[in-house]
Amino acid sequence: MSKQGVSNAAPESRDSLLKRFIAATEIDTRMLGMVAALFAVWCAFDIYSGILRPNTGLFGGAFLTPRNLWTLLVQTSSIAVMSTGMVLIIVMRHIDLSIGSMLSLVAVAGAVLQVFILGPSIGVGHPVIWIAAILACLALGTFIGALNGFLTAYAQIPAFIVTLGGLIAYSGVAFLLAKGVTVAPMDKTFKIIGGGVPASWLGPFWSWALAIVVCVLIFLGIVGGRRQRQRFGFKLRPVWGEATLIAIGSAAVLGATAVLTSYPWPFGLIKQYAEENNIPIPAGVENPDGDAICMVGEKVVRCTEGLIYYTGFAVPVLIALGVGVVMTFIATRTRFGRYVYAIGGNPEAADLAGIDTKKMTVKVFALMGFLVGISAVIASARLDAATNALGQLNELFVIAAAVIGGTSLAGGIGTIYGAILGALMMQSIQSGMALLNLPAAFQNIVVGTVLVFAVYVDQFYRRRVK
Amino acid sequence: MSTPLVELRNMSISFGGIKAVDDVSIDLFPGEVVGLLGHNGAGKSTLIKILSGAYRRDRGHIFINGEEAHISNPRDAKNFGIETIYQTLALADNVDAAANLYLGRELRTRWGTLDDAAMEAEARKVMGRLNPNFKRFKEPAKSLSGGQRQSVAIARAVLFNAKILIMDEPTAALGPQETQMVAELIHELKRQGLGIFLIDHDIHAVKALCDRAAVMKNGQLVGVVKVDDVTEDDLLGMIILGKQPDKAA
Repeated sequence: MSKQGVSNAAPESRDSLLKRFIAATEIDTRMLGMVAALFAVWCAFDIYSGILRPNTGLFGGAFLTPRNLWTLLVQTSSIAVMSTGMVLIIVMRHIDLSIGSMLSLVAVAGAVLQVFILGPSIGVGHPVIWIAAILACLALGTFIGALNGFLTAYAQIPAFIVTLGGLIAYSGVAFLLAKGVTVAPMDKTFKIIGGGVPASWLGPFWSWALAIVVCVLIFLGIVGGRRQRQRFGFKLRPVWGEATLIAIGSAAVLGATAVLTSYPWPFGLIKQYAEENNIPIPAGVENPDGDAICMVGEKVVRCTEGLIYYTGFAVPVLIALGVGVVMTFIATRTRFGRYVYAIGGNPEAADLAGIDTKKMTVKVFALMGFLVGISAVIASARLDAATNALGQLNELFVIAAAVIGGTSLAGGIGTIYGAILGALMMQSIQSGMALLNLPAAFQNIVVGTVLVFAVYVDQFYRRRVK
Repeated sequence: MSTPLVELRNMSISFGGIKAVDDVSIDLFPGEVVGLLGHNGAGKSTLIKILSGAYRRDRGHIFINGEEAHISNPRDAKNFGIETIYQTLALADNVDAAANLYLGRELRTRWGTLDDAAMEAEARKVMGRLNPNFKRFKEPAKSLSGGQRQSVAIARAVLFNAKILIMDEPTAALGPQETQMVAELIHELKRQGLGIFLIDHDIHAVKALCDRAAVMKNGQLVGVVKVDDVTEDDLLGMIILGKQPDKAA
């Protein structure tokens, strides 16, 4: 009894370092937990794959290699883009089940436009083609999203039903539009958005330039925020807290850049690029484990010293990051975002406060459709084709990403960065298990289980915080 | 007498064949508090929601300062300086006090983004006047007590210079001390010349706070009396039996 009294009276300065760190930086502990879980999953896959078959990863496996992480990010981008919109939909107490079929429909429409309509009429490769195809995808996505929103808001059909109908109907339209066949190939420039061609890789120089710009922006953002709070005489974070935030942010950006810029182009592409551009390939010693290319006699072979190019950031990853930043801005810094959260928190109060909740519903669904348009471009450009099954099951992965990222299905709660981390988590588990050669059925079991478990952990956490 | 601040003339609204408000006329003068009394389901809240724009009337006219006002949604009502404090404490639970205070009328920076710092600063000023003990500006409204939530709701009305204030059972969720605070606030706002409609079940409170009381029963107006001219029993009789007191005011 008395012992307890003493420990309660302990001064605050004896709080653990972690507690003081969290208090000083005002970092979201949920996010900290998610990042930790993500790293744990990555390390576990790397260690386990290393035990099965040693590789060059951080722990001797195949997961924490530049190659795998680079691919992971490119694969995540399409789902990540859509999950940012799904957060706002779910925050507003709606749901959109139609996005997978919508993606197929939009991608097929964009492909038909470039392959069957514009290609033959103005000539394959004409610069108008890729611009028109992208604009068409964005416009069609926005339109279909707005239609979903209109039916939900003004016809007052529950969003679940509207978009369930969409899930079934839009894939039918996609099938008719594609006439059941795969529409390919995509325009050369259009393909850059998919991240599968050398032109869509930033390379080390521009990757580092971008990373430094982002670090400067992080610094300016934190300093600017501090100034603003100073102006009104509010309580400020301790300087070391701000400095730590800047340090962590910059370290994350620079670390990611370092990893991505150390992933070399595939062997065949270096060779093709050198031949097409008449770049001399140096002579060298063959080494089948090397990533560079060199000449041994008349043959081009793999070697450690020779001609090599590194990928750096890929265009779809940059798009996903850009969407993440813009959507975070919309969600937290604009009136539109504030209304979305207020409506999710109490629709009646929002209505009585004079917010036009119906118009907001249409806008949020239209925004979701716009993001589906972006993802449709990424997915079809990456595959270099569009089919009516391109977006199959995407709606479930996107909803799962948002929910794993802490979005509450009861509405009102959810963050953009959480959803992006959720998307990364889902993709990590999937590609990790693919790396371990586990059968697809087993992958589905694990992904489903993780989804349920993540929501359980989240509920537990929230109840404890309350 | 001068022009009434608000005049509701022949208001009617029905929901699926039930006349929730049936041909009710009522007025309100500047610096006056009019109490609305009646059973649950008598139509008080419905009548008031027509004025605040939450419901659309079937028939009737609304006059503000003698001029006909067309109010068909909450935004229209706010443009006429009508602010409402709802029985259900209409706050968005997941956003903080400052955001709730400015909901629908956010302050923005010159780039069009939300100016949270400025809103928080204003919120601190207003709340400092109304409820100096209030310190929890950055927490979601969910974590506030009933009294704190009510002071946020009242601060909303004060902040936007309401001319006409509607209070729907403002003290229903409050403890004695907080109730006292609301009573003082009503006196203060009255001195500033606001017109206040106060819906309450508590006859004592109506006797103490109001100048006149309007009693409704089954959607119809039983009568409007000056509270000083009648006893509490008279008011009870009007509410329960729907009969006018013997010497009508």
